[in-house]
Amino acid sequence: MSAPDDIRPRAGAADAPSARAGAGSNASDPMERALDRISRVRGMRGSMWVSADDGLPVAQLLMEGVPGRAVAALAASLVRKVSGSAGAVGAGRVRFVQMEAAGGTLLVAPAPPDLLVVALADARVNVGLARLEMMRAAAAASR
Amino acid sequence: MTTTVVEPWAEQPLLRYVAESGARLVVLMTPAGQVLAQHGFVRAVDLMAASALGAAIVAASGALAEQVGERSFGALFHAGERHGIHLASCATPRGALIVLTVFGKETSIGLVDLFYDEFAAALRRAAPAEQLREPVLAEDFEADLNRSLSTLFQR
Repeated sequence: MSAPDDIRPRAGAADAPSARAGAGSNASDPMERALDRISRVRGMRGSMWVSADDGLPVAQLLMEGVPGRAVAALAASLVRKVSGSAGAVGAGRVRFVQMEAAGGTLLVAPAPPDLLVVALADARVNVGLARLEMMRAAAAASR
Repeated sequence: MTTTVVEPWAEQPLLRYVAESGARLVVLMTPAGQVLAQHGFVRAVDLMAASALGAAIVAASGALAEQVGERSFGALFHAGERHGIHLASCATPRGALIVLTVFGKETSIGLVDLFYDEFAAALRRAAPAEQLREPVLAEDFEADLNRSLSTLFQR
């Protein structure tokens, strides 16, 4: 199977996110590998595993200048509020949150029971591909 | 929920911190446990106990830091079933101050810690320079304490 056009080689890429893992940066770690796959999607500025209850980063792969702590805390807060709203209208469990803003896109895939997969991307990101990778990571973590 | 302050410069930073972090209770105090501002406490006895215990924890962790060769430790978190606490000290022109924050499930430790950083920066900007104070005398202590409590609980 050939690689989709939107997947770019990570090694040596000037704007590739750099690993700053909160829980070690062992490349063989499944969590790190998932972040690596998500970060290969074109337009991605960073991805992270976040503790859902605490809003703290567990592992992260971010471009320089992306405020990881703030993204983690606010993404967890957003998911909590969206989940509350979904529950109130009987929509069930939230599986994916996409928030588009002028400066970029925030994507969150809950990985029950404890984690969130969070990605921050610019406007040109292929959301479908990012979603696929994030849902795959979330499903693997929930197993 | 009420917010009361002994030193007015602390009011705006505290109000903003409470609004942004979603904290239930906040105490701003000196390392000696003297309360400068508070949010959410209803009874004086609860506030005095919380401030004394918070100051004691910071003093104990500072002593422990020295034992292991650290200048100080950062913020301290405790997570409970229904509530969590965040306890941290920050240097200001008025001297070191301690902030004890109690929060519930409606917010998170990540948000509290994030907005604490902004709160500490706002305190540093707003705090007046430390003035030379006269030593606290035993005969003045109770009067000072009662004056602070009266201000905080508007009695």
